[in-house]
Amino acid sequence: MIRVQREDFDIGLELAKLTKNNYKVGGLTSFVGLVRDIAAPETISSMTLEHYPGMTEKQLEHIETIANQRWHLEASLIIHRYGKLDLGDQIVLVACASAHRGEAFEACHFLIDWLKTKAPFWKLEKTASGSNWVDAIDADEDAANRWFSK
Amino acid sequence: MKLLYFAWIRTNLGVSEELVDVPSEINDVRALLDWLINRGESYKAAFSDLNHIRVAVNQEYVDLDHAINTGDEIAFFPPVTGG
Repeated sequence: MIRVQREDFDIGLELAKLTKNNYKVGGLTSFVGLVRDIAAPETISSMTLEHYPGMTEKQLEHIETIANQRWHLEASLIIHRYGKLDLGDQIVLVACASAHRGEAFEACHFLIDWLKTKAPFWKLEKTASGSNWVDAIDADEDAANRWFSK
Repeated sequence: MKLLYFAWIRTNLGVSEELVDVPSEINDVRALLDWLINRGESYKAAFSDLNHIRVAVNQEYVDLDHAINTGDEIAFFPPVTGG
């Protein structure tokens, strides 16, 4: 399941819903991305996430389908926020449930690596001296490609 | 066709979307970019380095040699930075 939303999410509630009444699940992994201060030596006052409505949902559904083909998952969830966020706010939640921890860990890692390079979101950081679009970094691209060279 | 711009491409051009009629010989993404660059200095600056541009046609990633048609939705944006 995927969700793209402006509102915050409750991790505990989302994880509980994901595995409710499914007793085949033996392992549940999650990754939560937060707004961190990356504008040193300045301090970020806020972060705005822009996205491409329509394509975002398509891309997230696509990568979730790939993960479910590659690993045996009982359930998976991606929630990604957009709009104006503050330091420390939650941006993204990826969660994977499986019978065993190995598949749940790997699928979760794959999903966050892959969405960082394919889901059409852009971060605009605001500091005291103005607003800057955050640059993509090569390390993220390398991390995503790693899953397809194994 | 409908063109969409995101992130710094949108802010540099000062427009988020526009409907354009292009000459019939403009039949792939590369030709469309060449045509756009001739529309003014802001377009020329935005599309000067294609290494920093990603393109989606009808919400799917494509290469520069991808064919385009009249009814397409074509989006130009920088490498993504979500997550």
